[in-house]
Amino acid sequence: MNGVTNGQAAVAGDAGRLAGEPLLSVRGLTKHFPVRQGLRARGAVRAVDGLDFDVRPGETLGLVGESGCGKTTTGRMLVRLLEPTSGSIMFAGRDITHGGRRELRALRQDLQIIFQDPYASLNPRHTVGRIVAMPLQVNRITPPGGVKKRVQELLELVGLNPEHYNRYPHEFSGGQRQRIGIARALALKPKLIVADEPVSALDVSIQAQVINLLRDLQRDLDLAFVFIAHDLAVIRHFCHRVAVMYLGKIVEIGDRDTIYTRPQHPYTRALLSAIPDVTTLGPAGRIRLTGDVPTPLNPPSGCRFRTRCWKATDHCATEEPALTTRDDGGQLTACHYPESGPVGVPTGEPGSNERT
Amino acid sequence: MSDLSHPPPRTPAADATISVPEIQAGPEPAGRAAEFVGRSPNQLAWLRLKRDRTARASALTLLVAAVVALGAPLLGRLTGIDPTDKFVDRLNDFGMPIGYAGGISSDHWLGLEPGSGRDILMQLVYGLRTSLFIAFTSALLASCIGVAVGVLAGWARGWLDSLVNWLIDLTLAFPFLIFALAVIPILQDRFYSDREAPSPAFRVALIVATFGLFSWTYTARLVRGQVISLREREFVDAARAAGAGTAHILLRQLLPNIWAPILVTVSLMVPQFIAIEAALAFVNIGVTEPTPDLGRMIFNSIGYVASDPWYTLFPGLTIFLLVLAFNLLGDALRDSLDPRSTR
Repeated sequence: MNGVTNGQAAVAGDAGRLAGEPLLSVRGLTKHFPVRQGLRARGAVRAVDGLDFDVRPGETLGLVGESGCGKTTTGRMLVRLLEPTSGSIMFAGRDITHGGRRELRALRQDLQIIFQDPYASLNPRHTVGRIVAMPLQVNRITPPGGVKKRVQELLELVGLNPEHYNRYPHEFSGGQRQRIGIARALALKPKLIVADEPVSALDVSIQAQVINLLRDLQRDLDLAFVFIAHDLAVIRHFCHRVAVMYLGKIVEIGDRDTIYTRPQHPYTRALLSAIPDVTTLGPAGRIRLTGDVPTPLNPPSGCRFRTRCWKATDHCATEEPALTTRDDGGQLTACHYPESGPVGVPTGEPGSNERT
Repeated sequence: MSDLSHPPPRTPAADATISVPEIQAGPEPAGRAAEFVGRSPNQLAWLRLKRDRTARASALTLLVAAVVALGAPLLGRLTGIDPTDKFVDRLNDFGMPIGYAGGISSDHWLGLEPGSGRDILMQLVYGLRTSLFIAFTSALLASCIGVAVGVLAGWARGWLDSLVNWLIDLTLAFPFLIFALAVIPILQDRFYSDREAPSPAFRVALIVATFGLFSWTYTARLVRGQVISLREREFVDAARAAGAGTAHILLRQLLPNIWAPILVTVSLMVPQFIAIEAALAFVNIGVTEPTPDLGRMIFNSIGYVASDPWYTLFPGLTIFLLVLAFNLLGDALRDSLDPRSTR
């Protein structure tokens, strides 16, 4: 498939700009969920369809996109909770795409996940101590000074009282529970953490605290993050680089500032224009997309965004745009007709697509 | 510094029983460390159960029954009466006990059996033993099978799950009593000839096996449903992401969460078995003589119900109290384990 070749070209461009060996390297990552009717397979939901990206040590990559675009599926494949249909995941120079449990054991310690729902991600019948110690217990690791001491260190690290060792999850608030989940993810001293919408289930006032905690941890422990979110403000606050996903594909990937100030892909522009701005009144500058996201069972030919794009032509329907550098932009964009100029000055004719 | 200034969420359970002390940031003085002892969901349930008056009353009843059943030989030595002792001299020419109310006296507190002249109290106490033993063993057996099958089906899903569901439907389609009526005599004939009497232990084992074979379905369905809903929870994914194997996930992560409903089904299964065991004895396929049995006592007493109603009354009342106490305790247990359920 052309995703792989495109990806290699893309990576060449990327690597030239960003020095250093990537910690995580994803090529052509694909997940298709078969849809069955009775015993026969009836097509597949193409949840993730050929992703290419790299994460370097200590770097945070934000994955943004609307609901159902495959962000969570991607995150789960990275920590191998889901088996990729095709493509490859290289972690610290080793191919981990199809490893079994034993082969993955070493990897698990370097690659952890933080979950979205702090109410579902903690076992209600276990004490906090037991929850945080679980990764150590499962991997039969006895840290120097004992498990309890390590757990209490971790609790302190995430801003919880180490005396809460013996408490149960139901005695904590949502923000505190998420801190427990973070402590559990840190127990094995990972190098990379996949954070699957870690704050979207939390109160806005708590979101900032958890994000700041993650950022402090990232700085102090030199962690790399794949940060999945649909909140663009959160991503901008937290991530070095941003990948925008649409219908199972990355449409634009680049440095945070480039993406936020000079986005090239029309979808990124539409997404950014949807950030509520309290300083302006009315729908000024808002790009309204019409229609719904097409079904991943049968995605559109060529560019997947063309059905909702105001710039789409016949060319978009026949040829899939490669994810590559366009018009000397700092990012990689998968669009035949990239936008130029800073955001806020729509160059196309979004008004023509707007219904009033 | 953080969201720690927010009070912890107050679950109705926590509110009802204990006040959650404010969680404070920063290290605590060493002297106050003892206060930070979390209460597990089980401990909360236990607190609720202790406050339930019905539960206390029924638990006391059952405790008395258990102590009496366990201490039956001691009681026999104390009174100097064996359950098989026949006091024929205390019966009149028609085989009826001499005296009022079925021959109640200072020697025989609940009177004597008409016909055989055995002491009713000793029969009752030893019968309680038989009933409780059969009911508990069967409940244990049925639960073990049910949990194993349910976990397997819920975890494996796919064709194994379909097979188990099909098996459960098949088992439920069998009319239990008719099956027991047919199978128990047939199996007995297989192992014992007409001439030799089957050993009491054989009958008991047969009854326990029949109960176990027919009653695992409810637990299996319950456990299967629980496993299916719990396996999708993120804490299971978290364990898997940490590298946990299936054994850890099933035993350490899932099982602690399905303990409570299993316990409730066991506590409701026991009285059911007591009643059915009595019913089996009543249709004469229960425990055989000379093992004392409550159901068989009632069966024997029916012939004397007009002349000596006391003989029927005592075993009937015992079964009634036992079943009632178990059912009430089971209900109280369910309420305390799941405070949100309303009756």
